[in-house]
Amino acid sequence: MSSSQTRLTAAGFTSQVATVARKDLEIEARTGVAVGRMVPFAGILVVLFAIALDPDSGLLPRLAPGLFWIAVLLSALMAVARSFAIEREHRAGEALIAAGLDPAAMFLGKSSAIAVELLALELLVGATMVVLYDVSRPGAAIVVACLLLASAGIACAGTLYGALTMTDEGRDNLLAVLLLPALVPLMVAATRAFEIAVDVGTGTARTWIGLLGVFAAVYASLGSLAFASLVEET
Amino acid sequence: MTVNLSVSMALMQSPDGLLVRPSTSRSTVPGSSVRGAPYPAPAIVLRNVVSVVGGFPVLAGVDLDLSPGEVVLLTGANGAGKTSLLRVIAGLAPVTSGEATAFGCDLARPPRAHRGRVVFVGGDAGCYGALTVRRNLELYAGAARLAPADLVAAAIDIGLGPQLDVPFGRLSTGQRQRCALAIGLARRADVVLLDEPHSGLDARGRDLIDRTVIDAAAHGAIVVVVSHEVERARRIATAEVVVSGGLCGSKKEIA
Repeated sequence: MSSSQTRLTAAGFTSQVATVARKDLEIEARTGVAVGRMVPFAGILVVLFAIALDPDSGLLPRLAPGLFWIAVLLSALMAVARSFAIEREHRAGEALIAAGLDPAAMFLGKSSAIAVELLALELLVGATMVVLYDVSRPGAAIVVACLLLASAGIACAGTLYGALTMTDEGRDNLLAVLLLPALVPLMVAATRAFEIAVDVGTGTARTWIGLLGVFAAVYASLGSLAFASLVEET
Repeated sequence: MTVNLSVSMALMQSPDGLLVRPSTSRSTVPGSSVRGAPYPAPAIVLRNVVSVVGGFPVLAGVDLDLSPGEVVLLTGANGAGKTSLLRVIAGLAPVTSGEATAFGCDLARPPRAHRGRVVFVGGDAGCYGALTVRRNLELYAGAARLAPADLVAAAIDIGLGPQLDVPFGRLSTGQRQRCALAIGLARRADVVLLDEPHSGLDARGRDLIDRTVIDAAAHGAIVVVVSHEVERARRIATAEVVVSGGLCGSKKEIA
């Protein structure tokens, strides 16, 4: 029996997750395809919102939290699509799984890489909005918790639905149709938490941040369990 | 683990310079192995297997038995179902109906352990174009739980030493094929599936493929080769199966 047939230890599984995440980030660092698409796209959205809503109307600071997450969610589609495009190239992802990579490790590794890319984008978009939209400086604790959990949730849900496109490029259009509705609860929770952080919302942020945590945990668990069958059946 | 891409059996050179299996080890009697002893019972059994991919039946009722030590050559026109058959055996394509078992595992629901027994070197190299050959090898070592140094040694063995730090996307077709072979054949597997292994390779690379196939079969692996270079592939095969319209003809021993 080959060594790859033996059960993965926790350390081995963690190592595979880290290997996949590092691989995706390394490819992105070498090619810059996702960042090269996401950053200009998100930047254009931020400017378009500002033009459409008239900076003098006073609406922008109040709507900034919602606009921020819309920009992030739409940009995330590109990160997810790119993440699976690299697996389709030469059928590399399929070959790695065939060689013995745990599909759950691939799911969590890809999710981690997407989450890191989203965090970088969110910091950039957030800083731009604070300057352009005249948003009051938000509370750091809420923002940090919200960004981390929302990025994890978007990345896990994106990777789960992205699996449908891993072997079939024609399903890329399906990604937006499936993913964006699934992310509505996350978008609502993240927006409400951000509204509280910039003093335009009421209530307690803890509830919304808790909801973001539950969303991320559900999709991380669901993806770890379902990724293998999704990839194999496509 | 030691990587061994060399041949444990002596090979003979034919008048046209090609490597062939020595006549003493060729299967001349139906049901005999490369060593001349009878083949063990079939380890892979397909009965009336239908595989539907994207709504299209790529296999339409295949019957095939494969025993350890056999080298089976699949021939047939493009689109006949040869690669699909390899993918079903590898557990990468669905078994929509019929019975398909490999080492007692149901291929309709192949357990992960099955993948550990199979090496599949296909038309797609399975590597990341943006990463260097060395990084791709390290990734596969991590996935297959092999020592990265063993895979690097296999790549050097197969003539990829100067390209180790070149991005895979910049390699020539032949170099990509060598990289895929180094990755696929660095571990000993019970089933070796090779899809057009000779394509894009120079004479040295082709000889290496032939040696590797004979070596794997001599160690008891089931080897299935899809090749359009039929004459060359027949020299290393013990049996030939013609695939046509998603169906397999009867297995003919190669004398």
